[in-house]
Amino acid sequence: MSILELRNARFAYGSRTVVDDVSLQVTEGEAVGLVGESGAGKSTIFSLLLGLAAPHEGEVLFDGQPLNRRDRALMRRFRGDVQTVFQDPYSSLDPRQRIDRIVGEPLRSLGIARGADARRAVADAVRSVGLDADVLARYPHEFSGGQRQRIAIARAIVSKPRVLLADEPVSALDVTTRIQVIDLLRTLRAETGLALVMVSHDLSAVAALCERTVVLRDGRVAEEGSTRGILSAPQTEYARTLVSAIPRLPAA
Amino acid sequence: MTGVVEQIEDAAPRRRGGSRTTLVIGLCLTGLIVLLAVVSLLWLPYAPSDISGGRLEGPSGAHLLGTDKLGRDLFTQLMFGARIALIVGIGSVALAAVLGITIGLIAAFARPWVDDSMSAALDVIIAFPVLLLAMLVVAVQGASLWSAILAIGLAMSAVIARLTRILAHRVLHEQFITAARTSGTRWPGIVAFHVLPNIWPTLSVSLALQFGAAVLAEASLSYLGLGAPPPNASWGRLLQEAQGTVLTAPVGAIAPGIALVVLVLGVNFVADGLRDFADPTRRRAR
Amino acid sequence: MSLLEIAGLTVTAGGRRVVDDVSFTVAAGERVGIIGESGSGKSVTSLAATGLLGAGLSASGSVRLDGTEVIGASDRALRPLRGPVAALLFQEPLTALDPLMRVGRQIAEPMRRHLGLRGQELQDAVRTALADVSLPDERIARAYPHELSGGQRQRVATAIALAGHPKLLIADEPTTALDVTVQDEILSLLDRLVAERDMALLFISHDLAVVARMTDRVIVMQRGRSVEQGEISQIISAPHDPYTTALVASARALDAALDEPAASGGSEGSGR
Repeated sequence: MSILELRNARFAYGSRTVVDDVSLQVTEGEAVGLVGESGAGKSTIFSLLLGLAAPHEGEVLFDGQPLNRRDRALMRRFRGDVQTVFQDPYSSLDPRQRIDRIVGEPLRSLGIARGADARRAVADAVRSVGLDADVLARYPHEFSGGQRQRIAIARAIVSKPRVLLADEPVSALDVTTRIQVIDLLRTLRAETGLALVMVSHDLSAVAALCERTVVLRDGRVAEEGSTRGILSAPQTEYARTLVSAIPRLPAA
Repeated sequence: MTGVVEQIEDAAPRRRGGSRTTLVIGLCLTGLIVLLAVVSLLWLPYAPSDISGGRLEGPSGAHLLGTDKLGRDLFTQLMFGARIALIVGIGSVALAAVLGITIGLIAAFARPWVDDSMSAALDVIIAFPVLLLAMLVVAVQGASLWSAILAIGLAMSAVIARLTRILAHRVLHEQFITAARTSGTRWPGIVAFHVLPNIWPTLSVSLALQFGAAVLAEASLSYLGLGAPPPNASWGRLLQEAQGTVLTAPVGAIAPGIALVVLVLGVNFVADGLRDFADPTRRRAR
Repeated sequence: MSLLEIAGLTVTAGGRRVVDDVSFTVAAGERVGIIGESGSGKSVTSLAATGLLGAGLSASGSVRLDGTEVIGASDRALRPLRGPVAALLFQEPLTALDPLMRVGRQIAEPMRRHLGLRGQELQDAVRTALADVSLPDERIARAYPHELSGGQRQRVATAIALAGHPKLLIADEPTTALDVTVQDEILSLLDRLVAERDMALLFISHDLAVVARMTDRVIVMQRGRSVEQGEISQIISAPHDPYTTALVASARALDAALDEPAASGGSEGSGR
């Protein structure tokens, strides 16, 4: 059964339909890439999956049940199970909070852990992303983009979620850091069985992490299937154009 | 990818040296007046209504700054005035802060059309001269310390509300607010722990500046006879009383004038110095 | 004598060196790339080449553009160089284009200034310029920048840059802000135009694959310094400098993922 599912979802801004009859699902331990260019509707789908907005038609399902945003107990469970990493490492951490408070926020707000238990969970999370415990007393501005993204990932895993939704998690990073964060995500998935939904315009990042890919275009699903399949033998014209446009390194 | 502009901004060092001096000077000046006010609570050279001295005497051993036209010691009046200036300053800023921040936050969270209506209403209030507003309040409440605080506080709250609204709007669009929501934090928590701490640095500088404006506003009100009635000696009223005799007994006008300048300048310097310390956490580190 | 000769260029901002002792040349018709990540100083270098450094930045060393020393030169001395000798193409066309002026006029301005065209001649030249960048639609010339797509805006910016028939085109991350399919089109466009007009190209990017496609020779920059220079194929197959090696290795790993994507069964199910 799927953990998170979008069923025939439709979302419009005024008269402009940004998401049109999109269905997709994430099952336990799976990694799905949402690929598309600007205007494809990726960010909106991301918001819908996160319960930040409700679809105008269709529904969002969590563990098979419709996601009722007014049901506090359900939302609490949802937020604990479905966590996120955002695109901009410079904007996703509150500049006026210390790292330990930032990473521990889900634990406090969801009532998952307090006091010593919370501190332990925060320290564990920070360690699993490859950072030292001494980062806890510092502030975001003291860190580089790659480190901040790690901190954001630590915050995302501290509640031991089942699904991680990542919105262009490595796009704002330097190439050398990109690989490190991708490796980190891969390791975390292997260790905890975390499912992953990654929104990206960069197919190589998706290829590195997601075995399944959904190609979006103008608010609709243009093609979906195994990442390998889409890269080697795209079925639709659009997917073919997308794949062939990726800049490749000359052969070694 | 940080651009060229950000690289340059990061490279340019902050002018810490200059602003620290400003801050220190400001604190000294303000501190002087605060000292006068605090001491006045414990000890005054004469009772405020004591008219034992001769009329319009110059500075002497018995009366440091001389006496006013009724024979009251000017230095006592000045110390008392310091108390009033600070009470009105702090009182009206506190009122403006509480009212203004609340309204500003409501506007920031409201639906666009509600927000727009509120902004328009705020703009109207801001366009209204403080003194006219004060006269309105005084006409209703009668002249007193409290009506001065109320009038000035109300007028200033519109400015604070507008600033709060803009700052809050900006913060609410940051990704860390969305991150707080997905962490399960509810809106009251987001306002308390994420919005307020981030708007406070800029807001506090504005409030410090408003303090100076409030002191001046109170002096103007008293000068016009709309402030605290005698024997409460506001500097404004001292100025008004010394008007007629400014050539024969200048100290009576100069002393309260200088006191006003010292306090307002001092507070403005503090606000200026605070500005550079307002956001020491740089958002983009190398 | 090369078209662009940079020797010992050092740019400081508030005491810090954003560009540190960088030297390289671009000969006429040559295609050179600068690759570096954020903070490498690559963009500042391109600005220094045309004397466009802002206040707060001071440059030392030597930058000779078509024989004229740029560092320390007055704006008056440099103006004749900008357009006919070297032109810049920036990353974000939204900010590089004047939002309040129709794009046709923005292309016409440099043509009027550098080529002395007027009236009907000028209008025809603008039309030709737009056709050259594959924007043949008449309505484009009358449009404002915000009415165009990102790719169209970058094409317009290219037309403006090429209006003075420059000998050197300096392109600073021209496709970074564009979708991948649009990037492909713009890169092809630049490729064609550079070849047709026999221009030299200085292409700046953080993307190794893009630089490899557009240039023959590359300078690798890190923290303001030039750490390695050479033929692109050489740099990619056998880098010497440790930073370059790391950069190439990362780019390779990402590129390799496209050939060997993640497959299912990569994670063990495990409890919370």
